[in-house]
Amino acid sequence: MNWNWSHVDDFMPLFWDGVELTLKALLFGTLIAFSLGLVWAVAQRSEKKWIRWPVTVVTEFIRSTPLLVQLFFLFYVVPEWGPSMSPLTTGIVGLGLHYSTYTSEVYRAGIEGVPAGQWEAATALSLSKRRTWTAVILPQAVRRVIPALGNYVIIMLKESPQMAAIGALDMLGQAQGYSQATFTYEAISVVGVAFIVIAYPASVLLRVLERRLVR
Amino acid sequence: MMSSEFFGNWFLPGVWITVQVTLLSAALAFVIAFPIGVLRTSRLWIVRFLAGAYFEIFRSTSSLVFMFWIAFTVPPVFNISFQPMFAGVLALGITYGAYASEIVRGALAAVPPAQREAGIALNFTPLQRLRRIELPQAWPEMIPPFNNLLIELLKGTSLVSLIAVGDMTFAGDLLRLVKNESAPIYTLLLALYFVFAFILTRGMRLLERHAKKRIGQTPEKTSLFGGMRSKSAIDAVTGTGGAK
Repeated sequence: MNWNWSHVDDFMPLFWDGVELTLKALLFGTLIAFSLGLVWAVAQRSEKKWIRWPVTVVTEFIRSTPLLVQLFFLFYVVPEWGPSMSPLTTGIVGLGLHYSTYTSEVYRAGIEGVPAGQWEAATALSLSKRRTWTAVILPQAVRRVIPALGNYVIIMLKESPQMAAIGALDMLGQAQGYSQATFTYEAISVVGVAFIVIAYPASVLLRVLERRLVR
Repeated sequence: MMSSEFFGNWFLPGVWITVQVTLLSAALAFVIAFPIGVLRTSRLWIVRFLAGAYFEIFRSTSSLVFMFWIAFTVPPVFNISFQPMFAGVLALGITYGAYASEIVRGALAAVPPAQREAGIALNFTPLQRLRRIELPQAWPEMIPPFNNLLIELLKGTSLVSLIAVGDMTFAGDLLRLVKNESAPIYTLLLALYFVFAFILTRGMRLLERHAKKRIGQTPEKTSLFGGMRSKSAIDAVTGTGGAK
């Protein structure tokens, strides 16, 4: 067994750069996933078929295809028609779009969990559709699903290294770059350990939160 | 446009490798999931702890990083070498095996305790109880979350392209480099993954109906497309939703 700790030391400055980029992608990706997911979920309950159907098909399609291929698509194909984006931006859009289709399922469960009486009460008070959603249904639906949404932050963190494939220098991208430049292999282990160190406490925390919020 | 020569030489073999990687890593995950899931319901805390640790570790790592680690770190450190495909299947199988063990555990926990007690009363050994009483009842519960997980695994196989396994994503990447063409190839790729996911979902539905009929439950009717996946795989994986 040959292992050289000095490579681990040398890699650390690059590693922190990677952490910064990973966290940036995670933050903005989460924002997109959480807000767009809500849009999908509400649109899927629309009475109009021409809204409901396309949304169902699109979200089903996005959910059934790999994030990696979607990232390639956004990075290599979309610029042929429109704007070209930096690797980080592509990563953010890709993560956000992909996981918005998952969070929409979470919101949907939350919305379905709101008792039917609440809808009827809103109708009885002759609230507009908009007010029914914003003042009655969504505040109750969203509170319930916060822990489940938190799970997707962890999952997005774990899937974010795929950005490295389109050249975003996240934790894994930095490790790859360092390893290839120096013909060493220790850097990837640092990244692997980093994921356990971040993700495990986060998931424990979520479970505690869940026990508190959902009862 | 894509030439037929490219199709035969690169793309079709890539499709076949994707199928192979999916089936092999699903088989490995399945083989891992059952013992680990059963051990997680053990009455000895140390057994429970070790099996649980396996789940927690692989739930907390990124499968891509783990795959890179197996492919690029393990060979030089331990002085061994293997094919990239072996590394990919191993990484996917171990990761998804951990997720699947959670499904097995959840489904076993959902079998009414009286069933286990009845087995004890009949003087069944623990293994007989598992085989004759608990697993047959838990099995239909497992199929829907397994179905979700299988789709996630299918999508996960695209990662093997990054460790130079020639699956269909890799073939697509190659075409982009060689022919400088991306729109048709990535569109085709996305469509293919979707079709594969659809076929898997349908297949698992049939399996579920069959399993439910065998233990005398009435399988629910489903439309062809409606609610292709009601719950997402990763819910099951992280312990919210999925198997109760």
